[in-house]
Amino acid sequence: MIASTPGDIWVYLADTPLLWLTVTLIAYGIGYIAFTRSRSNPIVNPVAIAAALLIGLLVITDTSYETYFDGAQFVHFLLGPATVALAVPLYNNLPRVRRAALPMMAALAAGVVTAVTVALAVAAALGAETQSLLSLAPKSVTTPIAMGISERIGGLPSLSAGLVVATGITGAIVVTPLLNLLRIHDWRARGFAVGIAAHGIGTARAFQVNQIAGVFAAVAMGLNGLTTAILVPVLANLFF
Amino acid sequence: MLRAFTLLLICQLAGESTAVLTGLPIPGPVVGLAYLLIGLMVYRKSTPWLDDTASGLLRHLSLLFVPASVGLIQHADRLRAEWLPLLAGVVISTIAAIAVGALTFVAVTRLTGHPAQGEDHKP
Repeated sequence: MIASTPGDIWVYLADTPLLWLTVTLIAYGIGYIAFTRSRSNPIVNPVAIAAALLIGLLVITDTSYETYFDGAQFVHFLLGPATVALAVPLYNNLPRVRRAALPMMAALAAGVVTAVTVALAVAAALGAETQSLLSLAPKSVTTPIAMGISERIGGLPSLSAGLVVATGITGAIVVTPLLNLLRIHDWRARGFAVGIAAHGIGTARAFQVNQIAGVFAAVAMGLNGLTTAILVPVLANLFF
Repeated sequence: MLRAFTLLLICQLAGESTAVLTGLPIPGPVVGLAYLLIGLMVYRKSTPWLDDTASGLLRHLSLLFVPASVGLIQHADRLRAEWLPLLAGVVISTIAAIAVGALTFVAVTRLTGHPAQGEDHKP
């Protein structure tokens, strides 16, 4: 086909995976530049900015999510191998992790149960539907794991993905003032807590503040992924 | 990079197969994570080529969330009706989980006598 007007070019490109893959990378690039320009302020989250730009663009151009995803799936696919790759930092920090094994196990159990039950109790009390609750339950773990759990228990994976990002941004914003208020000064505890509650976005925030906090956050994120993947389906069977 | 990527995909494939065959409710990639971790523990060391690819993938982890987050567009009606319970659930539970997690960590550290070694934060 020979495109003669800009409109023809659009019609042709709008249906190819190349366009939406490229636009996804550009949108993330814009979000990332905004994030660094703000001196890494956690409110200026690159994922939230990119998603907002892309949603706006899809609405304006009247493009369906299916067409968009034909292109974006190449990025989305990498979530699987990236989840497997979390084993590497976990392994590299095993000695440090072993030394604090007991406090970590206790904090992990308490934190995971708190994250899931408080979220469900609050949302249910305010009138959320069952399918929304099932999508909310895994929101404290990193997106690929949360989406996998959500799909398994009958939630909506893409709603879970959005709730995961919202959780991460919340955690990154509140962690420093909250733990200063509680007078908790142990970097291991601070990092570990934000890793449990706010997965990768919380972990990125922890690394910005302190290296040890970052390592413990990364470990917490990995352990929480495993724990929530086992715990949430069991809870879902019990309550829904 | 190609070697590392092949290894990651093999672990994921083994994980997905395990999840399907056993009917475990755990997502396949998480089982793959466990396989790779066990492999590294048996082999007793990681290698630079695996470290490099893993840290490269994880450095841009948040980019990988974007396509799924755009999927919120499919739930516009639900979000209009239920934004308050969902937002309140997210914010309150995140604050509670950070506080409970950190307080538990510190309390158990004191009980077992493993204080932070030069890792204290003095604001």
